[in-house]
Amino acid sequence: MHHVVLDRWSRGSSCFHHRDPRAKIVALLALLVALATASRGIVLLGGALAFLLLVSLRWARIPVGAASARAALVLPFTAVFAGLSWMAGDPTRALFLGVKSYVSALAVVWLVSTTPLPMLLRGFGRLGAPRFLLEVGQFLYRYLFVISEEGQHMRNAAAARGGPVRQWINRRNRFRAAAGALAVLFARSYLRAEEIHRAMLARGFQGTLPVLEAGQFRVGDALFAVAAVVLIVTLRIASQGMVE
Amino acid sequence: MHIPDGFLATPVWATLDVAAAPAVLYAARRAQRGFEESQIPLLGVLGAFVFAAQMINFPVGPGTSGHLVGGALLAFTLGPAAATVVMTAILAIQALVFQDGGILALGANIANMALAGVLAGYLPYALWSSTRWRKWSIFAGGTLSVLVSAMLALSELLASGVRIGGTALGIALLLFASSAILEGGITLAVVQALERIQPRTIQAPLACRSAAVRLLALASIVLASVGFLVVSAAPDGIERLGQQSGIATQVRTLMHTPLANYQAAFLTSDSLGKAAAGLAGAALIYGACLLLGRAAARNRSL
Amino acid sequence: MSPLIEVSGLHYRYDDGVPALNGIDFRLERGETVALLGPNGSGKTTFVLHLNGLLNGEGSITVCGLPLEKKNLPAVRRKVGLVFQESDSQLFMPTVLEDVAFGLLNLGMDAPAAEARAREALQMTGIAGLAGRAPYHLSAGEKKRVAIAGILAMEPEILILDEPTTYLDPPGQRSLAALLAELPQAKILVTHDIPFAAALASRAVFFEQGKVAADGPIHEIVEQFGWEFVVRAETRRKTRGQHLIP
Repeated sequence: MHHVVLDRWSRGSSCFHHRDPRAKIVALLALLVALATASRGIVLLGGALAFLLLVSLRWARIPVGAASARAALVLPFTAVFAGLSWMAGDPTRALFLGVKSYVSALAVVWLVSTTPLPMLLRGFGRLGAPRFLLEVGQFLYRYLFVISEEGQHMRNAAAARGGPVRQWINRRNRFRAAAGALAVLFARSYLRAEEIHRAMLARGFQGTLPVLEAGQFRVGDALFAVAAVVLIVTLRIASQGMVE
Repeated sequence: MHIPDGFLATPVWATLDVAAAPAVLYAARRAQRGFEESQIPLLGVLGAFVFAAQMINFPVGPGTSGHLVGGALLAFTLGPAAATVVMTAILAIQALVFQDGGILALGANIANMALAGVLAGYLPYALWSSTRWRKWSIFAGGTLSVLVSAMLALSELLASGVRIGGTALGIALLLFASSAILEGGITLAVVQALERIQPRTIQAPLACRSAAVRLLALASIVLASVGFLVVSAAPDGIERLGQQSGIATQVRTLMHTPLANYQAAFLTSDSLGKAAAGLAGAALIYGACLLLGRAAARNRSL
Repeated sequence: MSPLIEVSGLHYRYDDGVPALNGIDFRLERGETVALLGPNGSGKTTFVLHLNGLLNGEGSITVCGLPLEKKNLPAVRRKVGLVFQESDSQLFMPTVLEDVAFGLLNLGMDAPAAEARAREALQMTGIAGLAGRAPYHLSAGEKKRVAIAGILAMEPEILILDEPTTYLDPPGQRSLAALLAELPQAKILVTHDIPFAAALASRAVFFEQGKVAADGPIHEIVEQFGWEFVVRAETRRKTRGQHLIP
């Protein structure tokens, strides 16, 4: 599964991995906003930011090729609209769409490869996101693999029972079988959630999830955040000015 | 339809980020009140279920298959508030971990799928599931949730100046319609199967006796479908209408002054008329859904 | 010496009215290890879920001198450590260390103390190196150990394990048995694995249709109910004749 690789990368060790998630979130947002609001010099800005991101990925010992490929997941969607813009006689727009969406995706890949997701969610929480929502997200992520595996088994079982798709009767049966498989998966997920809740109660759960590490925002984190924002703003102004 | 970063114009993504935040907060608070503290694992695990469910293929035609999107199903089994929370968590994980949808665009995606999509899906169910039209209400719920989300996404893209020609628009709408109908079919099939194996998971709908609410709901649903028909049948017609009534020029002047530096390169007269109509229709649907949701909730607590 | 657990006349019905437990009497003495045997659906798991108040039946249950009532639940849940059959449902926190510390933090311990105690528990179960790992990557045996560490960290007096060897391979089963043999707490093992049970338990209770059918030394119970899978010479010969086993 895709997120397994990301999980491994995020448990690495580098100066970026050790930064407080809040500092990294601030840097990410600065980058995304700078890129999104740019109307001139987009290719220049995008190129500079991409370079910065690739260098920091390398520094964090994350395979650059694989990370760039992950960011490229956004390209099929972009290609459709880029193609439409091209056909409508606006090729620059097509290019801008490609650059903006790709570099934004690369920035998100940078964030998630240097921060384990549960820690990242907690970082968002300390920046003001609702705790309940983040806890749901934390459980979602924890059980993503488990439920997907169960789903995989059901998919194989359903496929094994289906006949050749060409026949109308078989297609309808396969539809019903798939719906039945989903219902069973839903019911099992529901029961699993009850079991999890029981396990939580058995160890004294009282309604709020306890947190082990508070995580401190240190000077290094502040410096990183400030440096990142300053760098990004400078690049933005420079690229805008250069294409005048 | 998860919109990545870089597509939406700054006013669009910024407004939606600001608009979605309090709505999600409200949904989170309501969801917490609904169940006891056992919800966190339940909502999380069902969110994981939606991910897993998207792997199971439903055969539709030779070589083609679709999959469940899930907003309506979540709404029927958890109620709209909890469904919104789960969908928001799903969208956040999709954006962060799977690069499906942008971060700045999260507000827009949440508004489309977790807020409007869930409400639009829940409405027919809430109103008609205890009548003899139950099957149709479930089907309609699934269909509407996907249709409304897709239409809103399209409107946002148009409003941001993304160029989508007439033919492409027609194809897109056709695709939306078919995925919406598929969602309706899958949702109905799954709910029926669930009722056989674990009936207690299907939530009883809100008791809604007020005729006025039912009428308003019907009106909003009719509006959504009419809007869809109008947009698909005559995209240029809307543009002409906009120009004739002077709306287009007025909007243009409005958009030009404070946002000139950001928007000049993107906005053209082509997309403006369509965008204005699209956004207006979408805002109406969104507003109606929200109001109805509140009214229905108040009715229930009486 | 008063028993650690005393159950008298326990009855329980599922939500749909089906009776699950039909009057169970049970005792657990200090330091004892008891195996709960019986067919699937006979009520073994349902029974143990009552012992820390996760299910609420009729009858009286006393744990370490405390009657099982709402006000005693926090204390009882500290004394009774329940290891579920499905480790994935029990390890719900993002990392191993956070999961083991979960119970301690709920008890009001502060983070540094909880972390220290959690690490001790991981050391006790021989998996100190797994502290920072995410649970879904671990092997079944490792997950089981994390679950046990999470329980041991709370210093319970009674350990209850529900079908602990289900997902374990034979070496895993052996090392689990070795680990449990070293722990001083009284134990209840719900299991179908007779060699495993016999290695640890002196006494067995046989469940049948929600009732206790027998209670005595484990070898007697196994003999009485034929509760062991043994391929005898005659069986092999017969089936070979019918070409079922080549």
